[in-house]
Amino acid sequence: MTDLKHTPLHALHVELGARMVGFAGYDMPVQFPDGIMAEHSHTRQSAGLFDVSHMGQVILSGAPMADIAAAFETLVPMDVAGLPEGRQRYGLFLNDEGGILDDLMFANRGDHLYVVVNAACKDADIARMKAALEPAVSVTPVTDRALLALQGPAAEAVLAGLNPSVAEMAFMDVATLELDGADCWISRSGYTGEDGFEISVPEHHAESLARTLLSNDAVAPIGLGARDSLRLEAGLCLYGHDIDETTLPAEAGLTWAIQKVRRAGGDRAGGFPGAEAVLGQIASGPDRKRVGLRPQGRAPMREGVALFAETEGGEQIGAITSGGFGPSVGGPVAMGYLPADLATPDTTVYGELRGKRLPLTVAKLPFVTANFKR
Amino acid sequence: MKFTEEHEWLLEEGELIVVGITEHAAEQLGDVVFVELPEAGSAVSKDDEIVVIESVKAASDILAPLDGEIVEVNEALADNPGLVNEDAQGEAWFFKIKPSDTGPMADYMDEAAYKDFIA
Repeated sequence: MTDLKHTPLHALHVELGARMVGFAGYDMPVQFPDGIMAEHSHTRQSAGLFDVSHMGQVILSGAPMADIAAAFETLVPMDVAGLPEGRQRYGLFLNDEGGILDDLMFANRGDHLYVVVNAACKDADIARMKAALEPAVSVTPVTDRALLALQGPAAEAVLAGLNPSVAEMAFMDVATLELDGADCWISRSGYTGEDGFEISVPEHHAESLARTLLSNDAVAPIGLGARDSLRLEAGLCLYGHDIDETTLPAEAGLTWAIQKVRRAGGDRAGGFPGAEAVLGQIASGPDRKRVGLRPQGRAPMREGVALFAETEGGEQIGAITSGGFGPSVGGPVAMGYLPADLATPDTTVYGELRGKRLPLTVAKLPFVTANFKR
Repeated sequence: MKFTEEHEWLLEEGELIVVGITEHAAEQLGDVVFVELPEAGSAVSKDDEIVVIESVKAASDILAPLDGEIVEVNEALADNPGLVNEDAQGEAWFFKIKPSDTGPMADYMDEAAYKDFIA
């Protein structure tokens, strides 16, 4: 792999001793010398700095906001028109069968929508938006900004040291604020279950801002390994694993993300790809559901482990879609899909690991309590 | 101490061979969170997958380096798998094997050869 792309923080990662891996076409830090467990715990207890510059940042502009919002509502099943300026929302791109093509964040930044999509999906997402929205709405990939995430209970105090205004932001607020002399687009959100911020910064300021943040003793650099264990404990979906083209929002436990105004009986019901299937499954209830799973033993059960209702025999009833060790839980944790009638907390199911069926308990998500500043 | 290309170390202790993984292997694995050991008394053949090590990142297998009988396993690893990261070439030994054929020992690397191997 010689053609991996570099983020603006690549040289800093290498300088800090990161172990680098290819991820979604980018050479990214999977862990720093402290290791995944220590990085995970540091984020839960203090603050972790993540480079998420590989993700796609896109601006939708060139028309009145009402028109941009109405156009974007043809692509996502969310209430875009009702999203106030300075607020962000979780969204989904769907195919015509209601399967999830990507998950995303979108923010109303006054005269434009700012969209953040997954790295692996960004080329397809941008093409999809261009095809659906242009020429009425301009779809502009942001290629000259890095994206950092500062996550953890100390994130607010650290960032407020650079600009006190960040303390006034609530969960899912967005604002343009100066940090360390750079014009930053900030949202109070993240992918760890902790309070924190995502910061879009001009690429030539990114390393300087990262160094300033890391100079605070509360902040440590965090790699993709801990990012995955943090989001898993927080019960958050990883696209391509817990959700994909074969999963519909309701079975993925994401009905909450579809505001009532877009559901059956709402003022702007339907009108998005796969609406019939998506709304139909919300009405009838899904046959299978995404659940949290706690292996009863110590062995982690990872993606792909087949699930059964019985200790022997019987058909496979589901599979694990994400799994590993949860450092804050202090044991193995997983997510997967089960038939709806078995998707009740405290139900025991069995995962087939190295030829043996080992028990797991269906558990409520998240595994750790979220610490958002509502 | 001898070393295998699978990053195991082997230490003769009387008629037994003590087996663990090297510090280099432990560092590459990252934080170890689970170790599944063979049962004491079980007969194993060289290259059988007899230990599973799960790190935060992934699962790996350890192969039996010799034919023989597992006479003792390190139960401390069940409660404290992180010992592998703390003291891979000491306290975190995996099992003691009574070999039925010590022939392969002659083929395994000494420390200098292993250092070259991982360099």
